[in-house]
Amino acid sequence: MAAQVRFADVEVGTELPALSLSIQRWNLIQYAGASGDFNIIHWSERIATLVGLPNVIAHGMYTMALAARVVTEWVGDPGALLDYSVRFSRPVVVPDDEAGASLTVSGRVEEKLDDQRVVVVITAEVDGSSVLTGARATVRLS
Amino acid sequence: MPLNPDFVGRSFPPSEPYEVGREHIREFAAAIGDTHPAYRDAAAARALGHSDVIAPPTFLTVVAFRRPNAAIADPDLGLDYSRLVHGEQRFTHHRPVVAGDRLVSTSTITDIRVAGRNELMTITSEITTEAGEPVSTVTNVVVIRGTAPVQAG
Repeated sequence: MAAQVRFADVEVGTELPALSLSIQRWNLIQYAGASGDFNIIHWSERIATLVGLPNVIAHGMYTMALAARVVTEWVGDPGALLDYSVRFSRPVVVPDDEAGASLTVSGRVEEKLDDQRVVVVITAEVDGSSVLTGARATVRLS
Repeated sequence: MPLNPDFVGRSFPPSEPYEVGREHIREFAAAIGDTHPAYRDAAAARALGHSDVIAPPTFLTVVAFRRPNAAIADPDLGLDYSRLVHGEQRFTHHRPVVAGDRLVSTSTITDIRVAGRNELMTITSEITTEAGEPVSTVTNVVVIRGTAPVQAG
């Protein structure tokens, strides 16, 4: 593995470049096809509202995948991500309009471990509210 | 109806092998908007020290949908799908997933507990190659809304 960030250059508190991502309805359709998760609440407004949701919601695993990019794009080698965990705290509501939902993802080095590993704490927000809590990734730097 | 607590500790037989396809990795990477060349170009992946194109960190979610989990399909567990919400997810990668891997998943229900009016069930899946090489440990916590046993008193 070949991370492009050196362990020696990183300190606790180092901020990763943030990402701003737009999520639109067609992204959920594409993710459904690629992942195999065709749960109807991720594409039918009729059913989503029937079960009490405000509108169609994004797959939690889609949000988790997007949030990982803040780490993999920083480290340069996606294979350097060793451990990744999240809690889904709030659904990402995706209206069927041009704006969709706007997800902001940031990351900060929380801890330096042995073996050139660091723990990154990840924040993912829509409209200022966290959609993931306790999101952490352990990556091996070079 | 509460989940059947007898299922804690129960393991289920390994799934049929799932072969990781090059085009499926590309399709998954496109769906998450990730343009990294290691997902598409074997030479770029090799330059990073991998034997072939690798899959994005959350790609193994596809195995759960292509090889549905025997653990939660057993009617004796008493799971009501319509009440199920994804609570937590964790991937502990022992090595990256590489195109051509033939993976099997062996799942265990590791915990069932009550949280307020809900129940939380933890399923741990060991993903290995057919030959038994560890690839990833995937932990999934699902929330079943409103099924907690009614407390006496």
